Amino acid sequence: MIEVSVHTRLGRFDLGAEFSSESGGVTAIFGRSGSGKTSLINAIAGLLRPTRGRIAIGDTVLFDSKAGINLPVRDRRLGYVFQDGRLFPHMTVRRNLTYGERPGKASLELGEVVELLGIRHLLTRHPHNLSGGERQRVAIGRALLSSPRVLLMDEPLASLDSPRRDEILPYLARLREMLDIAIIYVGHDMDEVVRLSDTLVLLSEGKVAAVGPVEEITSRLDLHPLTGRYEAGSVLTTRVAEQDEEFGLTHLALKQGELLAPKIDLPKGSPVRVRVRARDVAVARVAPTKTSFSNALPATLAEIGDNGGPYVDLRLKLAGGEDLRALVTRRAFVDMELEPGAEIIALIKSTAIGRRSFGM
Amino acid sequence: MIELTPIEIEALWLSLKVAFWSVTISLPFGIAAAYLLARARFPGKWLVDGVIHLPLVVPPVVVGYLLLISFGKRGPIGGWLYDTFEFTLIFTWKGAAVAAAVMAFPLMVRAVRLSLEAIDRGLEAAARTLGASEFRVLFTITLPLAAPGIVTGAVLAFARSLGEFGATITFVSNIPGETQTLPLALYTMTQAPGGEAQAARLALISIAIALLALAASEWLARRVHRKLRGEEMAQ
Repeated sequence: MIEVSVHTRLGRFDLGAEFSSESGGVTAIFGRSGSGKTSLINAIAGLLRPTRGRIAIGDTVLFDSKAGINLPVRDRRLGYVFQDGRLFPHMTVRRNLTYGERPGKASLELGEVVELLGIRHLLTRHPHNLSGGERQRVAIGRALLSSPRVLLMDEPLASLDSPRRDEILPYLARLREMLDIAIIYVGHDMDEVVRLSDTLVLLSEGKVAAVGPVEEITSRLDLHPLTGRYEAGSVLTTRVAEQDEEFGLTHLALKQGELLAPKIDLPKGSPVRVRVRARDVAVARVAPTKTSFSNALPATLAEIGDNGGPYVDLRLKLAGGEDLRALVTRRAFVDMELEPGAEIIALIKSTAIGRRSFGM
Repeated sequence: MIELTPIEIEALWLSLKVAFWSVTISLPFGIAAAYLLARARFPGKWLVDGVIHLPLVVPPVVVGYLLLISFGKRGPIGGWLYDTFEFTLIFTWKGAAVAAAVMAFPLMVRAVRLSLEAIDRGLEAAARTLGASEFRVLFTITLPLAAPGIVTGAVLAFARSLGEFGATITFVSNIPGETQTLPLALYTMTQAPGGEAQAARLALISIAIALLALAASEWLARRVHRKLRGEEMAQ
């Protein structure tokens, strides 16, 4: 269990954030720039001292203003991966990696970490000889090797361009999968956050607007202004059901029904999380025939988010109970005479489900 | 190659000895003072800053005079040293080293301070998150990253010590073989009848040493810089 309650004033900005999440898995702190994400994670790390609050991980209290507890940074044992990596420029990659090693108490060996992150060939190099992506991988390895209670990541991909990001994301996904370590991940890119996290903490102007499972938070229409309408979407938890070698497609099993997606190289039965953006979902009263929409899923219209603008948000319930969001024009919405409870068909193009929409 | 006379060798050797010890004894204090000025906040910091920089702005004779009255056998510090250890700096080469160290101190502190201020504090924070104690942060992150400034400071102080004149002659006088360094010997020759040729030779030696010191510092600075960035050594 991770408990965080942080209250402090930073200049003219009030940070007052409280949330708790289960120890396992990835907790993402999501918010626009200036929402207080970095200050919050710095307070957890001990780099910023809140005026009041309490921060605890399991049975270990890191900070408690009432009890007068403020564990020094070096005793908190939180692996911090900074946005800019912060590798020590005068040390080789190997010395960087082993800087925080705790002899005899290490839960991970250098060899394992180097293998996991694919950085064996970099060991004798110096940070200035590395690419941005390599630097971040080394920074992650360095944090892991300090045997942290929790791994803190402050937008580790923010300083990288898109191809570099795609290079690192699989490593982060592997980390999640292979290591039994809790991660607190700060991000402002919804795609990235959704692919990696289990729990989402939505931060807005220094306050926690919502906390919950990522599938739930992203499909709540009332949180639209914070999660972003353009980026809005839903997360569907699926399994690989069948590979269609002929057309290069993968059948993903939903609770009921199937989703057809571009080929994913994973064995049958592997769990895959798919993010479907609301603007990629169309709706129809009756199932169209001879259409290029590969996915036509029966659904019930559960909620309508209409603020009078040109677009209307819809929350659909699929047959298996999953939430799916759709963004349609007001014109179509009026033409179709939609009302809550209506039985409709959700249409999704397979091509809308890209490589960037998968999480592990 | 010109042959050096025994007198020249003596003055040269003495100068190098004085400059070496001047830098060696003042370096730890210089680094500590630079760290204090770069990092600490305390009341009266401007005063400490001012006192350290004083030798840069007052006439060297004033510094020599102040050293004389405090380290003389009846001075507050010198008296205690003499009574307790029967030790005195007056009229000795050790006194010359102290005078040179005091004069060179501000140059050294400035160079080290600048490089300390240029260090990304985020790197120190990162080391702390990895479990490093303040002691370990200082010796594995802060000082190694400040190395170029420390080298520059030491070289500057060495060069300044080689050339020290005013404070030295005031504090420890001009004794051949004991306190008569190159500049003092050169001054003596210019005062002596028929000493022009000897003075010119001593001037040439001073220039040669200065050039050598400059070249050595350049080489050293490059080496440290490369080492910091982890490049392959050229040689």
